[in-house]
Amino acid sequence: MTTTEATPRTAGTASVLSRTHSLRQVLQVQSFQILLVLLVIFLIFAAMAPEVFPTWGNVRQIIQNVSILGVLGIGMTFVIVTSGIDLSVGSNLVFSGVVAAKVMQAMGDTGWGTALVGIFVSVGCGLAWGLLNGILIAKAKVPPLIVTLGTLGGALGLAQVITGGVDIREVPAVLQDTIGYGNVPGTTLPTISLIALVLILIFGIVLHRTRFGLYTFAVGSNEESARRVGVKVDRQLISIYALSGGLAGVAGILSLSQYGTTAIAGQSATNLNVIAAVVIGGTSLFGGVGTIFGTVVGLFIPAVLQNGFVIVGVQPFWQQVAVGAVLVAAVYVDQRRRTAAARGHTAKEEGKKKLFGRRSN
Amino acid sequence: MTTIPVLEARGLTRSFGNVRALDGVDFDVHAGEVVALIGDNGAGKSTLVKALSGNLALDSGKILFAGGEVELTSPSQASSLGIETVYQDLALAPHLNAAQNMFLGREIPKPGFQGRLGFMDNKTMRLKSREAFDELGATVRSLSDPVGSMSGGQKQAIAIARAVAWAKGVIFLDEPTAALGVVQTRNVLDTIRRVRDKGVGVVFISHSMPHVIDVADRVQVLRLGRRVATYEAKKTTVEELVGAMTGALDGAQS
Repeated sequence: MTTTEATPRTAGTASVLSRTHSLRQVLQVQSFQILLVLLVIFLIFAAMAPEVFPTWGNVRQIIQNVSILGVLGIGMTFVIVTSGIDLSVGSNLVFSGVVAAKVMQAMGDTGWGTALVGIFVSVGCGLAWGLLNGILIAKAKVPPLIVTLGTLGGALGLAQVITGGVDIREVPAVLQDTIGYGNVPGTTLPTISLIALVLILIFGIVLHRTRFGLYTFAVGSNEESARRVGVKVDRQLISIYALSGGLAGVAGILSLSQYGTTAIAGQSATNLNVIAAVVIGGTSLFGGVGTIFGTVVGLFIPAVLQNGFVIVGVQPFWQQVAVGAVLVAAVYVDQRRRTAAARGHTAKEEGKKKLFGRRSN
Repeated sequence: MTTIPVLEARGLTRSFGNVRALDGVDFDVHAGEVVALIGDNGAGKSTLVKALSGNLALDSGKILFAGGEVELTSPSQASSLGIETVYQDLALAPHLNAAQNMFLGREIPKPGFQGRLGFMDNKTMRLKSREAFDELGATVRSLSDPVGSMSGGQKQAIAIARAVAWAKGVIFLDEPTAALGVVQTRNVLDTIRRVRDKGVGVVFISHSMPHVIDVADRVQVLRLGRRVATYEAKKTTVEELVGAMTGALDGAQS
């Protein structure tokens, strides 16, 4: 329905044009820009502490530290791509870990049978909270910010009710020895990181290659359009929040294995750290844009900064200042790109409306 | 017209609070015919289209598809009958590309096990999208760029191509030329004729009387939630249509 092109391009120039075009496109993708930032940070620390920082032992430490956040980051990426938010992941992790620890404690022995039950209980609890979030958001039409703020309080409060506020420190030894501190047999890669990596790969493929992933982007891009062409938007949203909850349950059992305690008070900023990582990685809070790869890179920036500051002897508190600056810069870049891409549209206002009031219709 | 209309509405009524948006409206469109639906603002055009495309629940009235009574409860159910709508806002997902929008909700799965896991046959979908755009003479330059970055004309082309590709019975076009330039408008009107020649019933909503007379076979006029007149487009004039719309003269029911 547009005017025909005035000058037909020859095949040669067309391919050259498309090649330079795609290179520019790659450089404009935020997850690659942020990957460059990560590499620069890494090289600076490597130059300042060449003996300690760029060693496998240290890198392994960083990888181990981001593994649990990585599992949470997968679900958060799906949620934020739909222009939603899940504040409840940290509390959900605690609740799932607490219930699993209670059940395993009651079963008494410390073998694999108990551990397996604990894993199922933890994932099941996470899934249940996620389903509750999803149903309230999709069916009751309560904004995701409010629903997950409510379940954040609810899950943490119930976890404290169950334990009386005292951490449970009995965790089956098999969990601690294998998943918690163990390495993948024959390597020095932490088992917990392999689990995170496998989940990242699986759900990366789901988000970027399957119909489920496409519908996730469609719902975040234009919910009403998706509904009109027959996408089951409510079911999609419920599935996504259930996924986020289920992964929080996985993170719950991983955390229990790694730290040997339910660490009830230890997850108060987890949700914000995960959201920050997802946004730094180029996923737009306004929906429709995002990658799992970006989230992984976004998780490494705070972790590398923290680790590097300790090694070079800067007060580690500076990490929070640096991460805050990177976060704001990342959203600024996202905003610039959105206004450039959607000239003449009110995408920004639409996005805000979506975030704070799920359904306006 | 002696044949059975492909889509017919009889006495549709719908109130919003105290406002009767549809007040016993009748409507019919035959296969291979362009019907223009005109009326002043608030006459009930958009409400009628919503009702006939499965986007609105009715208080009373009957909808007949190819002579059989149907209840249209959702847009996807209307789609399964071959009823497609191009909305004024186009209803595209701006972050998805043209091929993804074309097939959204109707993806072609990969054959076998992969398909059951949710993997899609992107190559075939791109190929078929390209064919659909070419068939309409639409220049959609890139199938992989997000449609949000495209011009209004290209977005329109994608929305129309999508509806045309899936419409087997009836296609509704809600003010498809409102935001277009001269050349693009001509393209849309040509497309309407081409779709009609394929045997699809086309319902065309417009405020532009010259376009209506140019492209339509029949013109049905709504006023205050009712059909007040039906004209043969070839035998009517802009003055007559405007008169019927505003109620200045009472059109003869033909």
